[in-house]
Amino acid sequence: MSFLEFLVANRGEIWLRTVEHLGLVAISSAVATAAGVPLGIWLTRNERVRTPILGVANVVQTIPSLALFGFLIPLPFIGGIGARTAIVALVLYALLPIIRNTYTGISGVDASVRDAARGMGMTDRQLLRMVELPLAAPVMLTGIRVATVIGVGIATIAAAIGAGGLGVFIFSGVAMVNNNQILAGAVPAALLALLVDGGLHLVEKRLDWRSR
Amino acid sequence: MEIAVAFQAAAFHINGRCIVGPLELDVRRGERLVLLGRSGSGKTTTLRLINALVLPTAGTVLVSGTATTDWDVVRLRRSIGYVIQEVGLFPHFTVAQNVGLVPRLEEWTAERIETRVAELLRLVGLEPHRFATRLPHELSGGQRQRVGLARALAADPPLLLCDEPFGAVDPITRADLQREFRVLTDELDKTVVFVTHDLDEAMLLGDRIAFMEKGALAFLGDTAEFRRTDLEPVRSFREARELS
Repeated sequence: MSFLEFLVANRGEIWLRTVEHLGLVAISSAVATAAGVPLGIWLTRNERVRTPILGVANVVQTIPSLALFGFLIPLPFIGGIGARTAIVALVLYALLPIIRNTYTGISGVDASVRDAARGMGMTDRQLLRMVELPLAAPVMLTGIRVATVIGVGIATIAAAIGAGGLGVFIFSGVAMVNNNQILAGAVPAALLALLVDGGLHLVEKRLDWRSR
Repeated sequence: MEIAVAFQAAAFHINGRCIVGPLELDVRRGERLVLLGRSGSGKTTTLRLINALVLPTAGTVLVSGTATTDWDVVRLRRSIGYVIQEVGLFPHFTVAQNVGLVPRLEEWTAERIETRVAELLRLVGLEPHRFATRLPHELSGGQRQRVGLARALAADPPLLLCDEPFGAVDPITRADLQREFRVLTDELDKTVVFVTHDLDEAMLLGDRIAFMEKGALAFLGDTAEFRRTDLEPVRSFREARELS
């Protein structure tokens, strides 16, 4: 059977796994953004916590993904077999680029702009909302985009702990030495990564004040 | 004579090192006081003591009779115009949004802000219909300085603080800006504290000159007195200028 014939014959399941895959990535990126952006802002306000927090996020990033999934399985509440554990792991991986880019974006705002804002009587909150966040937005979005694209790749491993997604094809393909199956997981995953990358890139451009 | 700003033994230290003071200095209502001195003489820190961007570590700075430590700093700063060398225009705001910022923070109506912005742009020599919708990076250096000045004047503050506002523009534009600034602040009857290291600028703009050296006030007097004085740090500063 050729790869194309395989795709056609299995299009139902491929579609299902792709949606599953996208779901894992979308939820984990959303959670990581909701947690990582405030954390990144906090680091800019509190230089002392910067090194420990970025350090921890860095270390998490170096844990091999298969191992991290494995470590999480025995943990109560966040662990076990299934999608929840996979999402926790994906969130952990996504945090670093989001925290780091939020921090970098905000600290990169020109000191004279910040000085003028304060000197004109902006409150801390106004400075953040009206000046720092809009100016840092492109850099912050780059972080979210990188995190999401990495997530698309790592989520293929989530199948190892029963979370579904396109990794299901890859794992069974490897086990049965069936290249068609491996490709049926890998090709859609790669396309998904490209799509997500391109889409978020467009958003990034729209949010950049320089492109208006 | 009314006093707009009073430094009473005001000093500022970082890690035990004295940056400024202790200073005794009164800024009179309606005058243009120039803080003159070399780089690192404490002029900018002195200026920032007035709008509470730094707070004195000893002594008091009174603005309109109230210590900066007792002011609500947001209220204090909104009642003071602030212009800095790098201008600090918000790059993602149009000219009109930049100029209308303090009115917006003060929750003026959109209509009133628009009228005020147009009025201010005309005041600093920029045609509103040509410039209002531009972004700062679409302006020349001199135009940016004009916008910075308009922004500082937006809520009609009685006091203006200027930190080398004309430092980054070419000499001809600078001369224009200085002349216009002089006329404008006379007409609007503002109290101005103006930081510069440029002797000619100080002579042109100052009603009085406060010469600073190593964080201390070395001389205070009007421009004629400044020209005549034989006081040491002033003389060598003047001579350095004449030699160059």
